[in-house]
Amino acid sequence: MAAKPRIKVPKKASAGDIITIKTLISHKMESGQRKDKEGKVIPRKIINKFTCEFNGNSVFSCDIDPAISANPYFEFKAKVNEAGTFKFTWVDDDGSVIEAEKEITIS
Amino acid sequence: MNLTRRKFLTVSTSAAVATFFGGSQAFATVDEINKAISEFTGGGEPESGVLTLKTPEIAENGNSVPVSVAVESPMTDDDYVESVIILAEDNPNPEVATFHFSPASGEGKASTRMRLAKTQNVVAVAKMSNGKFYKASNNVKVTIGGCGG
Repeated sequence: MAAKPRIKVPKKASAGDIITIKTLISHKMESGQRKDKEGKVIPRKIINKFTCEFNGNSVFSCDIDPAISANPYFEFKAKVNEAGTFKFTWVDDDGSVIEAEKEITIS
Repeated sequence: MNLTRRKFLTVSTSAAVATFFGGSQAFATVDEINKAISEFTGGGEPESGVLTLKTPEIAENGNSVPVSVAVESPMTDDDYVESVIILAEDNPNPEVATFHFSPASGEGKASTRMRLAKTQNVVAVAKMSNGKFYKASNNVKVTIGGCGG
């Protein structure tokens, strides 16, 4: 059900720049705390891990607990020394993985 | 009755929130928070400073409360911030998220949005690559709790 993630990465940077990356993905992030009309607990289903790699090296990652809001949003920094590809992954509780990539060039 | 609109709103919202949670949900205790912190630090005692935790003073909607952390660190290969854990003292589970940084992060800064069940303290603990720990906490007043009934 997860829709396409929205990612903001500058297209260009100077070598050594620290850039800001923003990501947002549509997900209900069912916390496992809510109850349905019959009073039964709605089972937990969240994105439990987010990672960002640049040319295969880890830049930033996050272990996520149910207290993260629906449509989880992350903003973080990355230092760019060379052109390359940012790879983003979101891991769902059900095991499915959503992946996305963004390129950056050095000007 | 001399009830102003503001007063009425305050009273009725607190009543609504009280009904909402019904007092039946188990919230995290101080012990749980201390346990979560010592699990993260491996028994190390966190100091204050270096780490800044930014949260709004008042959150109207507990379902989406912006939170950011910033750690002053050179972010070099030998001296950088490894991770920052965010905990909410009065949520059903105290853990909110754990950020992991690397020297490639450039700066030890990150933001996200979290759920808060009610007015409470939010605590962040940073783990540095040199084995030091830093702690910061903020109080957030929550108007409408964010964990569903």
